[in-house]
Amino acid sequence: MLASELAKTLGLETVNAGETDNEVTGCYIGDMLSVVMSRAEEGDIWLTVQANVNIDAVAVLTGISAIVIVEGMKADEDTVAKAKAQDITIYQSDDTAYALACKISELI
Amino acid sequence: MPNVKLHYDIDGNDFTVAGQASSNLKKVLKQLGVSTEVIRKAAISMYEGEINTVIHGKGGAADVEISTDKLIITFTDHGPGIKDISQAMQEGFSTATDEARELGFGAGMGLPNMKKYSDALNISSVLGEGTTVEIIIHLT
Ligand SMILES: Nc1ncnc2c1ncn2[C@@H]1O[C@H](COP(=O)(O)OP(=O)(O)OP(=O)(O)O)[C@@H](O)[C@H]1O
Ligand SMILES: [Mg+2]
Repeated sequence: MLASELAKTLGLETVNAGETDNEVTGCYIGDMLSVVMSRAEEGDIWLTVQANVNIDAVAVLTGISAIVIVEGMKADEDTVAKAKAQDITIYQSDDTAYALACKISELI
Repeated sequence: MPNVKLHYDIDGNDFTVAGQASSNLKKVLKQLGVSTEVIRKAAISMYEGEINTVIHGKGGAADVEISTDKLIITFTDHGPGIKDISQAMQEGFSTATDEARELGFGAGMGLPNMKKYSDALNISSVLGEGTTVEIIIHLT
């Protein structure tokens, strides 16, 4: 399923829609950046409470399909700016990572 | 492939600019036609090294040498140094500050990642003087 379709179905708020609408092929939950870099797979949608600009770098390095900032956290201004510059799709949600992941597992 | 040398200064004060050297390296490797698998390994190692140079080393530099068969990245800083290198290499060991942890660093996985994604990792460090971390990645 495309990231945009998934976001629509889950009612996620779009922070930045990247130019490329990536196919979501898996899901990864994590907040420690080095662990995410070690374990997330290309195509995963990444659910995290982190909202600072370093998540953009991690997204580019791992090739994840999109970021979802969960639990009502809000993306920092420079996170949004860098996402725009680097074609990274970011969503936000008030839901927990667990609640979202349960739904994602049924959709993809 | 021609020999390519790159130099990056790494600012020790700003956690948020780290990542610039790794995204630049990624671009250069792509232009040189390096495989995506090697680019991923190199870029992740570069990012982990950059972040360590910022949050632990108080800033420094990264030098990259690309030749036909390998990529050598050397991080140099004049920070506090590492007391026990084998302890620092263990998964989960971290002395990251609360400020760094709030940003998602401090899992103690950076050096293990660099080891995992490279073909050789050499660390030399002198307490109170600084640290040099060298990574070698084969291109072929
Ligand atoms: N350049 C350096 N100067 C001084 N100490 C360092 C340096 N690089 C690493 N260390 C020490 O080694 C430890 C482990 O480093 P490592 O990169 O594996 O984890 P981390 O940086 O603490 O957390 P993470 O990388 O998961 O965000 C650090 O916490 C620090 O004590
Ligand atoms: Mg580290």
